Amino acid sequence: MKTLVWVEHDGSAVKDATLAAVTAASKLGEVHLLVAGSGVDGVAKAAAGIAGVGKVHVADNAAFGHNLPENIAPLVADLMGSHDAFVAPATTTGKNIAPRVAALLDVMQISEILSVEGPKTFTRPIYAGNAIATVESSDAKLVLTVRGTAFEKAASTGGSGAVEAVSAGGDTGISSFVGAEIAKQDRPELTSAKIIVSGGRALGSSEKYQEVIVPLADKLGAALGASRAAVDAGYVPNDYQVGQTGKIVAPEVYFAIGISGAIQHLAGMKDSKTIVAINKDEDAPIFQVADFGLVDDLFSAVPELTAKI
Amino acid sequence: MKILVPVKRVLDYNVKPRVKSDGTGVDLANVKMSMNPFDEIGVEEAIRLKEKGVATEIVAVSVGPAKAQETLRTALAMGADRAILVQTDDEVEPLALAKIFKAIADAEGPGLVILGKQAIDGDNNQTGQMLAALTGWAQGTFASAVDVEGDHVSVTREVDGGLETVKLKLPAIVTTDLRLNEPRYASLPNIMKAKSKPLDTKSPADYGVDTAPRVKTVKVSEPPVRSAGVKVADVDELVAKLKAMGVHS
Ligand SMILES: Cc1cc2nc3c(=O)[nH]c(=O)nc-3n(C[C@H](O)[C@H](O)[C@H](O)COP(=O)(O)OP(=O)(O)OC[C@H]3O[C@@H](n4cnc5c(N)ncnc54)[C@H](O)[C@@H]3O)c2cc1C
Ligand SMILES: Cc1cc2nc3c(=O)[nH]c(=O)nc-3n(C[C@H](O)[C@H](O)[C@H](O)COP(=O)(O)OP(=O)(O)OC[C@H]3O[C@@H](n4cnc5c(N)ncnc54)[C@H](O)[C@@H]3O)c2cc1C
Repeated sequence: MKTLVWVEHDGSAVKDATLAAVTAASKLGEVHLLVAGSGVDGVAKAAAGIAGVGKVHVADNAAFGHNLPENIAPLVADLMGSHDAFVAPATTTGKNIAPRVAALLDVMQISEILSVEGPKTFTRPIYAGNAIATVESSDAKLVLTVRGTAFEKAASTGGSGAVEAVSAGGDTGISSFVGAEIAKQDRPELTSAKIIVSGGRALGSSEKYQEVIVPLADKLGAALGASRAAVDAGYVPNDYQVGQTGKIVAPEVYFAIGISGAIQHLAGMKDSKTIVAINKDEDAPIFQVADFGLVDDLFSAVPELTAKI
Repeated sequence: MKILVPVKRVLDYNVKPRVKSDGTGVDLANVKMSMNPFDEIGVEEAIRLKEKGVATEIVAVSVGPAKAQETLRTALAMGADRAILVQTDDEVEPLALAKIFKAIADAEGPGLVILGKQAIDGDNNQTGQMLAALTGWAQGTFASAVDVEGDHVSVTREVDGGLETVKLKLPAIVTTDLRLNEPRYASLPNIMKAKSKPLDTKSPADYGVDTAPRVKTVKVSEPPVRSAGVKVADVDELVAKLKAMGVHS
């Protein structure tokens, strides 16, 4: 089987989520990549270096610069003439593009796969991860998105893919990119961090989040996360949200501070290796999944922890 | 401008799903069902656009069993004008749903279709994007702001790194994210009024759509359970545990 993996990148570097998608695709067969964008020579070179990669299709065109699915999906559908499976990371970009490709191919997509059980059989979470479905496709081609935390990352070096330019596609003219507010962080990315410190509604304000949560994260070199309640209340930006409808994370250590442990939050972090919970309510559901639970007021416990660790 | 709002009847988000012991699915007998939370946000957004004078009519659509009427009545009580139930007892996959919505869009000619970004049962996050592909319209997924300006709509999207804004030619597809708005509760008088609003019942065959599944569910199982660990007495004990694991500054 020949797979085509969507390379997610920021214009200069390949994003980590791509590497997990490559691993998933390699379980199905030959791995080809698609790098689409504007001025992506560097990305194409980096992508060709990913271990185990065959061909790297490069579509360099201003119309592909901002991942507009209206322009990208027809390009992918075209390339799928010579591939059997389209595989994208389950990031907001992958989720935006893949179903549009699937419908163009008249294929039913399988979302957020957790494992490859056979050539057309996969597991995937439903009901916020409260159930795992094993599903089998009967379509001639496959369209998959891959949950990044469920697969090892392929090595980003050691490969020698052959780069090939694609001339197909262009601007459909029905959509345009206006602008973005992308938070610049000097911290590890939430989805690939080894340690995450997350704060919940209990913080009460953006100032308190900065004062209590950030110093602990700084000390541990950790990424910052939050519950939906903390995001909705405006303590932190939306891209901090962990959960069913936010980011899915699985770090070595996850600190849940002043977070109750609603199923929608657990859906995003319960595969973390070690979970540490600090909550003043000893019956908070978060303690049911925590490896280390501390029943205490966070406003005194967290500064003390930051000082002593 | 007309707005089409697909709404799905799902297990209420407060109910903990239980996997059936025979592994065929999740037990939905005698449990509370509600409108998918993202679809409530879709209905609310449509109503706000109508209140602003942008939209003239809101049509709610649901694909599902006879009971999905209740979900449509909720949409009508919130402020939708009429409803279409595409009645079927089968589980309909996103691709077939998108084909049904495409046929309805062809017949109704909406300026916008506002769907939820995902249904909290299937968690597929596909239907809106597929509908966009089939109609050939532009898509603004995971929306946290929607502004109609003449023959375009500008949509601010929640993306991994933050926010992004795109401008789409109308007609277009929007899918809602959680922070787009806070849906209103239907008032008692509006719930009463909703009972007499028009609700048409159709079948997938009326739209010429074959709903036979492409993906077979082989089995549904419980996720691996994570057992609770230990409670530590104080910060010092926590620090010791963390240091033992190699976690320190
Ligand atoms: C469709 C849908 C999708 C959702 N998606 C997500 C999602 O992706 N991610 C997500 O997180 N949520 C999501 N939610 C929301 C979720 O249901 C919860 O409402 C949310 O996670 C609660 O956030 P919280 O734990 O910060 O707040 P709360 O539940 O209010 O918990 C606050 C906790 O802090 C504790 N506390 C208070 N004061 C102190 C103190 N001084 N010291 C220590 N502890 C203290 C309290 O005991 C409590 O346990 C979703 C909901 C819906 C309906
Ligand atoms: C345990 C289990 C087993 C299943 N087995 C099968 C199976 O064997 N075969 C099969 O075909 N399906 C099966 N399903 C159903 C299937 O997984 C999804 O429920 C269905 O494909 C729809 O996907 P979604 O709701 O997650 O779509 P999403 O793409 O996540 O939905 C996005 C949006 O589309 C709209 N929408 C979605 N559904 C409807 C609807 N019915 N009416 C109106 N608007 C809607 C809403 O606006 C919603 O917010 C099963 C589901 C479960 C939970």
